[in-house]
Amino acid sequence: MAGKIRIRAQLDGDTCEVKALMRHPMETGLRKDQAGEPIPANYIEEVTVTHNDKVVVHGYWGAAVSANPFLGVRFAGGQAGDKVTVSWRDNTGETGEGETTIR
Amino acid sequence: MKVEPVGGMARRKFLRVGALIATAVALPAKLWAAVTKPDAAFAATDLNATFAALGQTPTESAGIIFTTPDIAENGAVVPIKIEVDESVLPGVSRLYVMVEKNPNPMAAMFSVVEGSKPYIETRVKVAQTCNLYAVAENKEGFFMASKETKVTLGGCGG
Repeated sequence: MAGKIRIRAQLDGDTCEVKALMRHPMETGLRKDQAGEPIPANYIEEVTVTHNDKVVVHGYWGAAVSANPFLGVRFAGGQAGDKVTVSWRDNTGETGEGETTIR
Repeated sequence: MKVEPVGGMARRKFLRVGALIATAVALPAKLWAAVTKPDAAFAATDLNATFAALGQTPTESAGIIFTTPDIAENGAVVPIKIEVDESVLPGVSRLYVMVEKNPNPMAAMFSVVEGSKPYIETRVKVAQTCNLYAVAENKEGFFMASKETKVTLGGCGG
């Protein structure tokens, strides 16, 4: 379920604000289904935000981040038209990536 | 008469190309090897053990501006915001989010590259009413700010 990511990157003075919305179930592995069987854990472990191919924020997540995670970060030095990407990798090895340009 | 398995060939080739693309997409994440995941901190089951796994119990700091809702109707989606006043806490390189009474308090950790702002906005699950902690790390050690969030509906299961 390699998902797309919705991203917006907007300049505010010299700071660029990135907002990303990922699609992911973020199962903790602690819940059980209706038959009482545990639902296997499936959550995003690693998130990377890049600006012109340079990492600006990198995160490791546990299962406690909400389903369909939202992430907002800020960095300096962005210019309109620059490339911003957000990518993730979950504990099953699936990946997702999204790309946008700064407005 | 022999029939050429054209469809079969094309499909096989397609699969092979697909696998190549998948590998290429997975690569960028691996290039970032500067920070390894602090597995012990993520596996810790109470707050003190989490702090111990990081190496230090953080000291309170007014330099961390931690915004959380006082009351969360739905514990599965609790919006949080961490900002750092860089005149009080300069050079923050990492930010951590912890939820005291979750099965594993450590929810997320972020490495902030120099030049980026120590600023994070996200949403976390909160199992029950408890304190949420925002922890910032710089060269001098760990600093924190905490806030209580009342949960009227739990964040795990439903």
